[in-house]
Amino acid sequence: MAIDFETLRPLLIIVGVLGCLVLTASLNIWIERRLLALWQDRYGPNRVGPFGLGHVVADVIKISFKEDWIPPFADKAVFVLAPAIIMTTALMSFAVMPFAPGISVVDLNVGILFVLALSSIGVYSVALAGWSSNSKYSLLGGLRASAQMLAYEVFMGLSLMGVVAMAGSFNLRDIVLAQQGMWFVVPQFLGFVVFFIAGVAETHRIPFDLPEAESELGAGFHSEYSGMKFGAFFVGEYIGITLISALTATLFFGGWQGPLLPPVVWFVIKTFSFISIFVLLRASLPRLRYDQLMTFGWKIMLPLSLANLLVTGAVILMRQ
Amino acid sequence: MSPDSLSPVSSPIHAELEARFPAGLFPDGERRDNVPTFWVDAGLAPRVLRFLKTEVERPYPVLYDLFVVDERTRVERTSPDATSEYTVVYHLLSFDRNEDIRIKAIVSAETGGVDSIVDLWPSANWYEREAWDMFGVTFRGHPHLRRILMPNTWIGHPLRKDHPARATEIEPFQLPDEKLQREQEAMAFRPEEWGLDRGTDEFDYLFLNLGPHHPGTHGLLRIILQLDGEEIVNAIPDIGYHHRGAEKMGERQTWHTFIPYTDRIDYLSGVMNNLPYLMAVETLAGITVPPRAQMIRVMMSEFFRIASHLVWFGTFAQDLGALSPTFFMFNDRERILQIVEAVCGGRMHPSWFRIGGVAHDLPNGWDGLVRSFIDYFPPRLREYEVALMKNTIFRKRTIGIGAYTLQEAIDWGVTGPGLRACGMAWDLRKARPYSGFEQFEFDVPTATKGDCYARAEVRIEEMRQSLRIIEQCLRNMPEGFVKSDHPLATPPRKDRTMHDIETLITHFLNVSWGPVIPRGEAFSGIEGSKGAYGYFLISDGNTMSYRTRIRTPSFPHLQMLPRLSRGVTVSDLLAILGSMDYVLADVDR
Repeated sequence: MAIDFETLRPLLIIVGVLGCLVLTASLNIWIERRLLALWQDRYGPNRVGPFGLGHVVADVIKISFKEDWIPPFADKAVFVLAPAIIMTTALMSFAVMPFAPGISVVDLNVGILFVLALSSIGVYSVALAGWSSNSKYSLLGGLRASAQMLAYEVFMGLSLMGVVAMAGSFNLRDIVLAQQGMWFVVPQFLGFVVFFIAGVAETHRIPFDLPEAESELGAGFHSEYSGMKFGAFFVGEYIGITLISALTATLFFGGWQGPLLPPVVWFVIKTFSFISIFVLLRASLPRLRYDQLMTFGWKIMLPLSLANLLVTGAVILMRQ
Repeated sequence: MSPDSLSPVSSPIHAELEARFPAGLFPDGERRDNVPTFWVDAGLAPRVLRFLKTEVERPYPVLYDLFVVDERTRVERTSPDATSEYTVVYHLLSFDRNEDIRIKAIVSAETGGVDSIVDLWPSANWYEREAWDMFGVTFRGHPHLRRILMPNTWIGHPLRKDHPARATEIEPFQLPDEKLQREQEAMAFRPEEWGLDRGTDEFDYLFLNLGPHHPGTHGLLRIILQLDGEEIVNAIPDIGYHHRGAEKMGERQTWHTFIPYTDRIDYLSGVMNNLPYLMAVETLAGITVPPRAQMIRVMMSEFFRIASHLVWFGTFAQDLGALSPTFFMFNDRERILQIVEAVCGGRMHPSWFRIGGVAHDLPNGWDGLVRSFIDYFPPRLREYEVALMKNTIFRKRTIGIGAYTLQEAIDWGVTGPGLRACGMAWDLRKARPYSGFEQFEFDVPTATKGDCYARAEVRIEEMRQSLRIIEQCLRNMPEGFVKSDHPLATPPRKDRTMHDIETLITHFLNVSWGPVIPRGEAFSGIEGSKGAYGYFLISDGNTMSYRTRIRTPSFPHLQMLPRLSRGVTVSDLLAILGSMDYVLADVDR
């Protein structure tokens, strides 16, 4: 049977992207631990393998073989479903990501909407996890998570509308191509700031890590999870970070574009730069309180993103 | 300071009390410290206390301590009433007079207890519960006289003299099924028992059990939270998980061998804990500590103050979600502990002070170590200040959170940085210089707001002042012995042991049986890292103390938690807990 390369190509891309993502997620754990250690005057994992990279493998092995325990008081079906949702939505979002010219799983003309829709579904994961665990700490974490993610979802989407208006398309590939002259971070600086902050909140990282605030709620919505299900949340969070970083690079920093180096390399460099910023935030900031987070979202970020949209729209109309 | 020069007659309060209460008030002759002490009948005690708090000129606004002494097996009964069984001791403090007073209420078999003074001082609540828990003395009119340190199923009152102190004095432990059942049932949570209502017909409150194992409580502390959403309706601390009976151990260890136990009271302050205990023992024994030993004690205590404040700062930041400060500050603390290790040999619990001085002289090269820390630390501290105290999120989380007024602080018996954050420059090192503190130049930092941020500000400035004191120790360390040549100094100086028989005998006895401390009662307090530490010791002329009372600052501070946490969110509760800087071993003893 003759199978030509063109038939195989999408399959190869799908498998390659999936593999790379899972690898990146576990690599992120290593990057985060090493970078945090660097900024906190300590060594971090440096024993197994070169630069301590073996720790990643060891962690994966450990977590896969841990007892997968479901608390007897939990709502079993939902309890199992919750971590699957976050993994699925986070991975699926990458389907529309243009890694380089011609390398993307699918070229959707509503790319941004697709990503936003999936991240909205992702909220269900934490909400359901908190609810089905049937534990008070989980419940509080789940409640915090749903309110926080719903709020930040709103202006996360709004902050991107400036970019969409300038590029004239929801398609991520078109948006990258529209940045050939100038990266959107320059005209859309406000949009970039709002989007990145919302992204930090979406992935519930410090200073917005209230759903799992370990000094308050133990581990928040995933208090009752162990073994591979906990691992799913963990990996889901890191894929989320990768997603936000990749989106920032794509939407505001010209995606794969860059001189000399091949496009994929530029994409990876940009993405990892933003991942490092996530880690730097974690190393340097305390956590907001719940009501402060909501106030910050609705009273500062939302008006800012609306103003940004308004001004962008006005400027575009004036130029026409 | 000889006891004679401090007889109660010399204090003006004696005349004022006699004028108001012509009958039923007797000065106490047992004290060896400078605290005027009076015996009163149990019935009269609340009136005397009310007079001292509200009516007398220059009043005594602080209930500094409240505890009980079991008089029944005392060699020499000192109470005016020979049939008395227990004595309830009220220790009050006056800022205006810069003087304390002790009121001893006689509790006999007939009276059976005293009236509660919770209406006078809110802080009396826990103290009276503790007294009842430990001695079974009832406080009539107390709103909630339940066990506080011991489990509810405990039988007997542990600090009574007839309660066994060692496992070998009692039957082997057994856990039959019905006992297990009983213990299990006792652990079930019923909101009514804690004075909490479950809600109305329309809604239920959420009861959240924070602890005893929780990353935010810094030790074994359980807080029962009554929540309306995330808002705290009521928070009730449940303490006692860290109770080890330190006061009971004080009654079975020799004066000398109790020193290591004191290290473990506030386990972050190391040798600083030795100091008030030893000062009380030295007052009883009439020992004068040589100047070099005094200054070494001051220097090591101040090192531990910085170390303790560093742990507090790091963990406080962590409670607010900042991860990195903990690592920086533990690194710096490590540098202090290295100096402590070079000097004392130990790190967290060096147990290094001795009756009459310190264990050894400073090692060669100590000055280099201290100098390098003095050079190293200030820039680091400035960095932390910029990174945290000026951080917007940190400020938002701490300014205006957990605030109390100066009056509340005084009513609740708050001491240390918590009191100074309300604007009161009260520091025992300045107000009542001990161990040679009168020679040092340093400031008493204060803040005005009394909130979490103010407490943080005060502690950071205190670290600077401690460093100043250490630098002065480095410059002015006197020459001389590091232990008194008083015969009761333990272990005695060895240089003369092999030369004359008297010294040899004293040495042998003090090391084997421990020193026999002369009869008397003495209190001694210092300005610790968390507040005022104090030891009240009763000796009836034995190798062991008859009663060891440990006055700790964390106990009254934690008692204030319900007052501070009503109406705030769970996140704020963690900020408040962090800013209080308590140590659970210091609460439970």
